[in-house]
Amino acid sequence: MVASTAAARAEVLADARPQRRAIRDRLKRDWTLLALCVPGVLYFVVFFYVPLLGNVIAFKDYAPFLGINGSPWVGLDNFTALLAEPEFWSAVNNTLQITALQLLLYFPAPIALALLLNSLVGHRIKRFIQSVVYLPHFLSWVVVVAMFQQVIGGAGTVSGFLNSHGITIGNLMSNADTFKLLVTAQVIWKDCGWGTIIFLAAITAIDMSHYEAAAIDGADWKRRLWHVTLPGIRSVVLMMLILRLGDILSVGFEQMVLQRDAVGAGAAEVIDTYVYYHGIRDGDWGMSTAAGLMKGVIGAALIYAANKLAHRFGEQGIYR
Amino acid sequence: MRPPWMERPTIAGRTLKFLVLTAITVAVLYPFGLALGTSLMGRAESIANGGAYVLFPSKPTFEAYAVILSGGAVTRSVLISIGITLAGTALSLVCTVFLGYALSRRGMLGGKPILLMVLATFLFTPGMIPSYLMVKELGMIDTYQALIAPVLVNAFNVVVVRAFFQNLPDELFEAAKMDGCSEWRMLWRIAIPLSKAVIAVVGLFYAVSYWNTFFNAILYLNDQSMHPIQVVLRQFIFRGGAASGMDVAIVRDLPASSIQMAVLVIALVPILLVYPFLQKYFTKGVLTGAIKG
Repeated sequence: MVASTAAARAEVLADARPQRRAIRDRLKRDWTLLALCVPGVLYFVVFFYVPLLGNVIAFKDYAPFLGINGSPWVGLDNFTALLAEPEFWSAVNNTLQITALQLLLYFPAPIALALLLNSLVGHRIKRFIQSVVYLPHFLSWVVVVAMFQQVIGGAGTVSGFLNSHGITIGNLMSNADTFKLLVTAQVIWKDCGWGTIIFLAAITAIDMSHYEAAAIDGADWKRRLWHVTLPGIRSVVLMMLILRLGDILSVGFEQMVLQRDAVGAGAAEVIDTYVYYHGIRDGDWGMSTAAGLMKGVIGAALIYAANKLAHRFGEQGIYR
Repeated sequence: MRPPWMERPTIAGRTLKFLVLTAITVAVLYPFGLALGTSLMGRAESIANGGAYVLFPSKPTFEAYAVILSGGAVTRSVLISIGITLAGTALSLVCTVFLGYALSRRGMLGGKPILLMVLATFLFTPGMIPSYLMVKELGMIDTYQALIAPVLVNAFNVVVVRAFFQNLPDELFEAAKMDGCSEWRMLWRIAIPLSKAVIAVVGLFYAVSYWNTFFNAILYLNDQSMHPIQVVLRQFIFRGGAASGMDVAIVRDLPASSIQMAVLVIALVPILLVYPFLQKYFTKGVLTGAIKG
């Protein structure tokens, strides 16, 4: 009995040693690389993973002087209170309306522009247009909104021009009724060009011989577009659509904060601004964290579901 | 070159294409011209036309720039933004390149879990309030660190850098290793010199985002004297510059559109300066990120 345990122990040790040695050797070999990872990993832990855990305050009655650990648990109270809050539902409603508009008007825009750019034969012109349309992506939202103000605001040049020709459009920058369209137009102006990059790459990756074959079979440009180009970029379009779905509840936070004063919360309050004003401004920590958490979870779930759906249709999706 | 099978578009088609492309170009460039033109408008002209925007001022002057850059809130905010941008970009690049390099080396101990940890950040965000509380807990409220630390590393950029390093020929590293080269030396002597382009792009992405910092400044800085240019620009454009702590001389002259537009131009000039350099590389950078991500 004793002998057998000793033997077993020896066996275990013999088994464990090489592995431990291997790890020690690899540690010795890789310690420079691991050291290089330290600052980056530390960043993700401190500013990503720990705050992710910090979401527990959605289930607590958080009081700053008690701290996260000291604050009492309240179960789902924050969520029930939130769901009973008409202002929250108005924010959800605004968010969904803006998302729907963006899906309808903004999502296809870069695809259309990419097709148009691709149809250009002259390289110089193509380059020039590309550098022009990429540019707004790099501007801050403050600059973009200021630029819209110059053009279609109350004192804007286009509104002034239309006014002097008897067409009154009023101040589009502070009109709550058209605000959602305005926001969508701003997003298109800022990011439509930038969005073409990925679609242009997808179009370029299509085998030219397909076009040639189609042309020889007598397909005109419309048919080539329909039967070659569009199917060729289908998987990229789907991938972008899935990614967009994950962001469905985040609609231009800075953009909204900047313009909320001008049009009022009734039109410009979205989930993100709700979290900001009710949490950080008014100190309603638990409830606004609950709102933020719900948003995050729904977004991740949508990506997951859409990806599953894409696989079902035999597409690659964004991950396997 | 037009491929032989592609027919020439009809005249109507070409005209339509020309019109659409011109419209798009004008829609993008016109606001830039308007801001620049108005900012160069002299005080007298600005008052005479009631503060309207102009594309071509009758007598261009740098009056407005002289006023706002003669010290005070705008000058200070520009200096702050420059400082944040330089310091932030340098720190971000160091962390990103280090992490990207380590993750690009095959078979590194713990490489898989670390990579997964980076990639997972694409799927969720921790949410505004827990992030805010973290910054507060670290004592960073009303410090410039608050504009850098919470956005120090961008997972997308790590993926781009990693993909680039991975595509460098393996033989280079193997040969260096044979010669007894340490990982550290390989990073400095092989990987970095061969990836100047991608490092430039990623650096410029970081620089642009630091220069455009707006919301984090509002969130984490209560002290107005610390505000970067984007926040000050917002005060000038949307609030008539009348926030407390603004220079009395400038506030009195507002809302002279030339001054507002001069601040706007100052906020976007650095972007326009780096843009031509950035542009050469970014398509490639974006694509490696998108495909390998």
